[in-house]
Amino acid sequence: MSTLMPTRPSLLSDRGGKWFLALLAISTVAIMVGNLLIPEGSALHVSTYTVTLFGKYLCLALLALSVDVIWGYCGILSLGHGAFFALGGYGMGMYLMRQIGDRGVYGDPVLADFMVFLDWQELPWFWLGFDQFWFAMIMVALVPGLLAFVFGWLAFRSRVTGVYLSIMTQALTYALLLSFFRNEMGFGGNNGLTDFKEILGFDLQSDSTRVTLFVLSATILAFAYLLSRAIFLSKFGRVIISIRDSEPRTRFLGYKTENYKLWLFVYSAILAAIAGALYVPQVGAINPGEFAPLNSIEIVVWVAVGGRGTLYGAILGAILVNYAKTRFTALLPEVWLFALGGLFVFTTIFLPKGVVGLIDKYAKKKAAKENAMENSPAENNEEVAS
Amino acid sequence: MSRIASMQEYWRRDQVWPRFNDQANPVINVDKKIILYIDGLSVSFDGFKALNNLNLYVNDGELRCVIGANGAGKTTFMDVITGKTKCDSGSAYFGQTINLLDKTESQVAQLGVGRKFQKPTVFEALDVYSNLELALKTHKAIWSSLFSTLTHENKTRIDEVLNIIGLKDQYGFLAGALSHGQKQWLEIGMLLVADPRLLLVDEPVAGMTAQETEHTAELLTSLAGERTVIVVEHDMEFVRSIAKHVTVLDQGSVLAEGTMDEIQNNDDVRRVYLGEE
Repeated sequence: MSTLMPTRPSLLSDRGGKWFLALLAISTVAIMVGNLLIPEGSALHVSTYTVTLFGKYLCLALLALSVDVIWGYCGILSLGHGAFFALGGYGMGMYLMRQIGDRGVYGDPVLADFMVFLDWQELPWFWLGFDQFWFAMIMVALVPGLLAFVFGWLAFRSRVTGVYLSIMTQALTYALLLSFFRNEMGFGGNNGLTDFKEILGFDLQSDSTRVTLFVLSATILAFAYLLSRAIFLSKFGRVIISIRDSEPRTRFLGYKTENYKLWLFVYSAILAAIAGALYVPQVGAINPGEFAPLNSIEIVVWVAVGGRGTLYGAILGAILVNYAKTRFTALLPEVWLFALGGLFVFTTIFLPKGVVGLIDKYAKKKAAKENAMENSPAENNEEVAS
Repeated sequence: MSRIASMQEYWRRDQVWPRFNDQANPVINVDKKIILYIDGLSVSFDGFKALNNLNLYVNDGELRCVIGANGAGKTTFMDVITGKTKCDSGSAYFGQTINLLDKTESQVAQLGVGRKFQKPTVFEALDVYSNLELALKTHKAIWSSLFSTLTHENKTRIDEVLNIIGLKDQYGFLAGALSHGQKQWLEIGMLLVADPRLLLVDEPVAGMTAQETEHTAELLTSLAGERTVIVVEHDMEFVRSIAKHVTVLDQGSVLAEGTMDEIQNNDDVRRVYLGEE
């Protein structure tokens, strides 16, 4: 007997996702070629500034993806994902700091400039090991992951949900902001970490390093998209969606919902941390400002503008809003925040499913129109009725 | 003496080393033909006694109806035995050995207690098939969910249930697109596919047409025997059509118990529930 099972979507069956991956691949190759192979002065040359700018957008897109994973699919509105992003960034920053060696202003071979300035005699214990790239990379994922685990374990076990959870995530990032501002924390106080020279022996200012970082960002973004999609195509993903729709019901089916939420939260935090670690070598600095609650709220706006619950929508939103931000802050810096707020209100009222929803609607309308041309009017009426 | 008696509660074999007991597949001991023991259960919310020394025993394979006015404690009773609400005192055992009160909702569900809510709650963003898939009796840990595939038995079981609940043609529809009655059916299907030992059904026929109600009655009666079914219902016609044994709750405790005829002729019940003097 053949069974009834519906055909399940596959990794690449999503049209929007295919478009996203194709566009990402094409633009990555184009930018790479435009910068390295086409000589300066040619109209097709892509400046290193542009390469870095796009690399930055891709990191922020990965950050938006991490928020969509938890908000769009599980309904957990985290207003503190900036904290995981910044922690990942600090992990990378610490490695880059130690790579400076004796080329700092004070020329101390071990201590960073700010430590010499604060008159510290030796390296704090938590800076040990960060001269090793592999160790720094493990810490980049481990520290934010552990923070997310402890925070999520406490919050989800106590069944804190909704607005209360959002407020707690805001408090988390704000607390980290305040503590990282302090010089005694040992992370450079309000100046943060900067003045980086090289990564793995490659000069951070050189074109080829910049392009490599950009390509790496694109690759990791594509990989994170595919991994997240695979997760949401599995039964795990369907459990997550059922938790979003009715958590008590899911519990009564025998699922330990707090564990599901916890591990998704940790996964999302690690994605955000990786985004932070890729971001820092490209912008060349990390400071406590990244922990600002406003930053975390901004990420939510990107996801809302792009359209949540599709993964590529969040990526699109992040790139669109950040591109607008680059333009706006160059032209009318004082208007930017108002524009951002206005954008959020506009999206919430007129585009509940974001830009992706708008495109979908348009595509469906077009498809319906084409159908109407082919089918007889009677059939068409039936379709409208159903 | 009484202190020793109270200490003995902690020495019991199943409580001293609970980790050593087989937790994955606990055996439901029904040697005494009783599957659910409720003893002296009390729950109060801010002084209001939702359950007041409730005693209830349900035989294995029985179809039991629980009726009672609003606020009589019917839903609280279900909440307590499914682990949703903590109780103040009393005990609830599933079979002779399994204490339901120290379990969470998901643990109770995995023991084989299925629950249907008053308001149909299906996962509207998922299709009918996925709704049933999630309810299947399988491993529900994270790792197994990530790599789970449906076995042939699983698929056959889902097909059977789709046939029973009459949603064979709608299996690919989003559950949100179903009518109210179909959602009720889907939820019943989710109970069936989980293969529970004990079913708790809260107002199954609310919002159903006469024909659907009849169909539900048939289904519930056919389930009894192999499984134990506890139905909470307001619709007296419906209760009469399915129940051999009825328990009437009032103000958190049992007011009367017996066959439908006995209940209807019971003076206490007439006074409290039917509002007659």
